[in-house]
Amino acid sequence: MTFELFVFYVFSAILVFAAAMVITRRNPVHSTLFLVLAFFTSAAIWLLAEAEFLAIVLVLVYVGAVMVLFLFVVMMLDIDIATLRAGFVRNLPLAILIALAMAVEIFLVIGSGGFGGERYAEVMAHTAEYDNTAALGSVLYTEYMYPFEIAAVILLVAIIAAIGLTMRRRPETKYQDPSRQVRVKKGADRISVLKMDVED
Amino acid sequence: MLALTDFLMLGAILFSLSVAGIFLNRKNVIILLMCIELMLLAVNINFVAFSHFHGDTVGQVFVFFILTVAAAEAAIGLAILVVLFRNRRTINVEDLDTLKG
Repeated sequence: MTFELFVFYVFSAILVFAAAMVITRRNPVHSTLFLVLAFFTSAAIWLLAEAEFLAIVLVLVYVGAVMVLFLFVVMMLDIDIATLRAGFVRNLPLAILIALAMAVEIFLVIGSGGFGGERYAEVMAHTAEYDNTAALGSVLYTEYMYPFEIAAVILLVAIIAAIGLTMRRRPETKYQDPSRQVRVKKGADRISVLKMDVED
Repeated sequence: MLALTDFLMLGAILFSLSVAGIFLNRKNVIILLMCIELMLLAVNINFVAFSHFHGDTVGQVFVFFILTVAAAEAAIGLAILVVLFRNRRTINVEDLDTLKG
């Protein structure tokens, strides 16, 4: 067993353990932290598969942004865990049965001789001069330019949707309306002339 | 030596675990969203493995797009969750029966 294989098995064990913890922990904060561990470990596994850029992106974007967002929401919401956990034990046999059935089905397909996985057993490792980021960029910015721009638009839509959903106007807060401020007239809007009776 | 089948089996185990998680935590929307993230991670592991063993960068480009869409999905999903909790004071899936579906 080579060292590479040993590292892969250790990381896989950590990843499967973290995923199991994510789905079984009572406290959602613990689940989120184990999900962070799962993403971090899979970034290490992607490094073994020589996808260096994506491994770093997974750590930066997922662990750094998305998981922190999850943690923020979990801690902000005041959740009654006891009612949410009801039915956990009742659903356990069904969940184990279906997960086992799916895993066995996939194993039967990819483990069989007809799949041809062993054809790719020997892969030449890249030399030290190989630049994964440059290789990815040279494909992404030429051949996949339009999908890349669509991805940018999707992110923009996500920003607008998230802000539009969560923004709310409180009636007690005072706002300035710059368009009304600019449109104000010198005479009619600023000064009002009152008719009064003459007093002695 | 690492083989393609090792990566695929890891992805399969991870995917099955997240399906089990969806069954176990049917009432908690946050854990459901986390299970979906785990599923996408399992799929991404498969893409990276195929990209590595085929010697083709296109698989990694696809992972890049999946990460983009998953980030957008997480942001909108959590925003909906926050609005839901603000209006209903609960995130229990069984209480969300306003539409009488």
